[in-house]
Amino acid sequence: MVLNSWRSPALRVLLLTVLALLCVVGFMTLNVQTDWAFILEYRGSRLLALLLTACAIGISTVLFQTITHSRLLTPALMGFDVLYVLVNTLVLLVWGGSELAAWPPALRFALQVLVMVGLALLLFRLLFSGSVRSLHLMILLGMLAGMLFRELSELAARVLDPSEFGISTGVPQASFRRINTQLLGAAAAGLAVAGLLLLRWRRCLDVLSLGRDIAINLGVAHGRVVLGIMAVVAILVSVATVLVGPTLFFGLLIANLAYWFTGSQRHCWTLPASVLAGIICLVGGQLLLEHVLASTLPLALVIELAGGLLFIALLMRGVRQ
Amino acid sequence: MTDSISSPQRASRSGALWLFLLLVLVVVLGLCSLNVGASRMNLLNVLTADPDDRVSKILFASRLPRTLALILAGAALAVAGAILQMMARNRLVDTSTTGPMAAAALGMLVVAIILPNGVPLWARFLLVSAFAAGGILLFLGVLQRMPLRSALIVPLVGLVMAGVIHAGGGLLAHHFDLSQSLRAWNSGDFSAVLRGRYELLWVAAALTVAAMLLADRFTVIGMGRDFATNIGVNYSLLMAIGVLLVAMIVGSVVVTAGVIPFIGLVAPNLVRLVVGDNLRRAIPMVALLGAALLLAADLLGRLLIHPYEVPSSNLLSIAGCAVFLVVLLHGRAKWS
Amino acid sequence: MIETQGVSKRYGDALVVDDVSLSIPKGGFTSIIGPNGAGKSTLLSMISRLTPMSAGSVLVDGMDVTRTPGNVLARRLSILRQDNQTSLRLTVRDLVAFGRFPHSGGRLTAEDLRHVDEAMDYLRLNEYRDRPIDELSGGQRQRAYVAMVMCQDTEYVLLDEPLNNIDMRFAVDMMQLLRRAADEKGKTVVVVLHDINFASCYSDHIIAMRQGKPAYQGTPQQIIRDEVLRDLYQMDIRVHEVDGQRICVYFRMA
Repeated sequence: MVLNSWRSPALRVLLLTVLALLCVVGFMTLNVQTDWAFILEYRGSRLLALLLTACAIGISTVLFQTITHSRLLTPALMGFDVLYVLVNTLVLLVWGGSELAAWPPALRFALQVLVMVGLALLLFRLLFSGSVRSLHLMILLGMLAGMLFRELSELAARVLDPSEFGISTGVPQASFRRINTQLLGAAAAGLAVAGLLLLRWRRCLDVLSLGRDIAINLGVAHGRVVLGIMAVVAILVSVATVLVGPTLFFGLLIANLAYWFTGSQRHCWTLPASVLAGIICLVGGQLLLEHVLASTLPLALVIELAGGLLFIALLMRGVRQ
Repeated sequence: MTDSISSPQRASRSGALWLFLLLVLVVVLGLCSLNVGASRMNLLNVLTADPDDRVSKILFASRLPRTLALILAGAALAVAGAILQMMARNRLVDTSTTGPMAAAALGMLVVAIILPNGVPLWARFLLVSAFAAGGILLFLGVLQRMPLRSALIVPLVGLVMAGVIHAGGGLLAHHFDLSQSLRAWNSGDFSAVLRGRYELLWVAAALTVAAMLLADRFTVIGMGRDFATNIGVNYSLLMAIGVLLVAMIVGSVVVTAGVIPFIGLVAPNLVRLVVGDNLRRAIPMVALLGAALLLAADLLGRLLIHPYEVPSSNLLSIAGCAVFLVVLLHGRAKWS
Repeated sequence: MIETQGVSKRYGDALVVDDVSLSIPKGGFTSIIGPNGAGKSTLLSMISRLTPMSAGSVLVDGMDVTRTPGNVLARRLSILRQDNQTSLRLTVRDLVAFGRFPHSGGRLTAEDLRHVDEAMDYLRLNEYRDRPIDELSGGQRQRAYVAMVMCQDTEYVLLDEPLNNIDMRFAVDMMQLLRRAADEKGKTVVVVLHDINFASCYSDHIIAMRQGKPAYQGTPQQIIRDEVLRDLYQMDIRVHEVDGQRICVYFRMA
């Protein structure tokens, strides 16, 4: 690999890595006055959650964009995050809260991930069976499905417990501050399973982005590999959602940052770059808001705002071409 | 079958029949709405009992205002949606899915921030309407800058713009500790409507009537600027009137009840299924259907987890998304 | 040898390819011609397992294409469809190198690099090697994709209308290249063609399809004849011998 030019993707990924490391170090050490042990433990678990989230969302978005051949579609825009929340609510509704509450949370998470993978594969087959090809139609259907899931889970939550509804909404907003650290272990395990599955197909990814026909011509078992990758995406979405809640534009933001910054389409660069961009956005953003600006603004909303503006820009540029 | 469609007389007769059926539907739903609530009552008692009775108090202080508000708001939003569709030249948009409603909720927030000690109703109404107008202009402006618009990219841009305004409002609300209020404004319902708290909607009713009278002009606008100019219609003036009408309707509804989604999308599209593309004659049907939809959503919301209430916006979103999905999948050969 | 046995394709009520049993000999240049909607492209993409069949089976050197593992078949047979629109920013060389995927699984060996350079030379793409493919003209891009398929180094090379959207000079160029691949490298080239004159001048073997079935098969001398073409295309076509080539004239009839 040639490293002599600053345009080389390898060098750029290296730069991102350094930046991400700086963010991590800053996040762990800034404004620590007393009791290092406590702060390190407290911040460490939050840091771990943010890193896992960046990995899950970055990888799942790039993979999803590869198999759908689009820079606009993301699992979040297609309503996958909210689908997970709906699965969560429905599992509670069907099995009854009391019986399930006795289960360890990690086991409950595993059950939900399984249901989620099944539903995602079903949806993917329905939507990409070839009868629906327009990209804009796909996104619109996805956004509406997402909205529908969101409102349905809100309704379900109201019906389940009308008296307590006022306190919490059905679908929580994503939050990078209130993180569900209870399930860190289970989430890390989910990520590991997804990573192991992905290792099997890592060499096919670049070929897949050339399109179905060429991929088959080059000997990739297209249908099977795509379904497998879809399962990986479903697991990763579950991991991210259980940690921070549903996001909408975050994945879009970091995946496009990764393409733009590396100037490459090779997954050996875009996958790590999107993860690193996610870490910089999450950890760096949290650092900036919490310790530098001393603001209580929720990072999730800032990121959604930026991502939404990017989406409009991408739409308008795509239309002009 | 083809006969009955091609003959204008038959068509207008079936139109009149639909109109009558919708009117009956609104009346029946309205009577149900008067009769359902947290406290039991029987409508017939009103006729016999004296006016100071408990029943007539509830009726005139709460039930009647609520029912009237539902009818007025539903009709106004449906007509506003139809006009926005003509202005955007796209039938898949609504005030709630393109930004005006979100902008109006943002307006409520801004009013609460800059004037925390309360403002007169009319001032609040005007400010919120101004925000709604800003939302419409932003949406139409972005559309104008897009040289090539597919039928689907328009609602897509609208949804994202609404999302962006929503996110911006969320940030602001969080900063000023008003997230709870913003959430209440964003999920509109009519449970808090009493006598003295809904009268603003009569303004919306007047605007609705004005919009209905101007409906054929707006049909011309839907054909585009060149076409409108060619047949001698002042395009810019009419666009400005349209923006004002829609903005003030949205403003009055959001001030009174909060964000009420999807009525402006569902009602015109359902009516189109029956009477075809020319909405001019059908605009009374659009208004009646809008009223019926909102009445039904509110009624269902009151019955579903009685004595608690599900906000109509929640139920309307579910129904609206479902109808939108069906419309998209049904016409997908056309859209793609 | 490629053999199809009772191959059919049905879309709803429409039968696009109707019970086709034929064999394409090993070696040489085979063209598939016929009017629009005759099922040429559908047949080609079923032979190359891009489109699932409604009935029948296809054997390539005795291997059933639907049961043979994809990467085994990809070392024996390659297929290029007509529109390869891509928004990917890949350089020409990167695209060509993908042709080695079935052999190396993504890690290029010295042997692979030799094949890549050879294919680049063969299609005279060296001056564009580092240009992104989305900046090339239609003809150049088509050459890049053909180079990828050549680099795949398969016994059978199948192409669906490779001359679409490229001008005369590049079209002649492309046909010369494919002919050379058959002559010098001993490959079996199968091409769906719209232009019957190209089919006439370059083929060893022609399959003429109509309404989902092969109507005629044979050498250019047997197929490029007034009465055969009139029956096939339902119009007057005169065949003239010019410089030893059989040329069809049909542009303006008296």
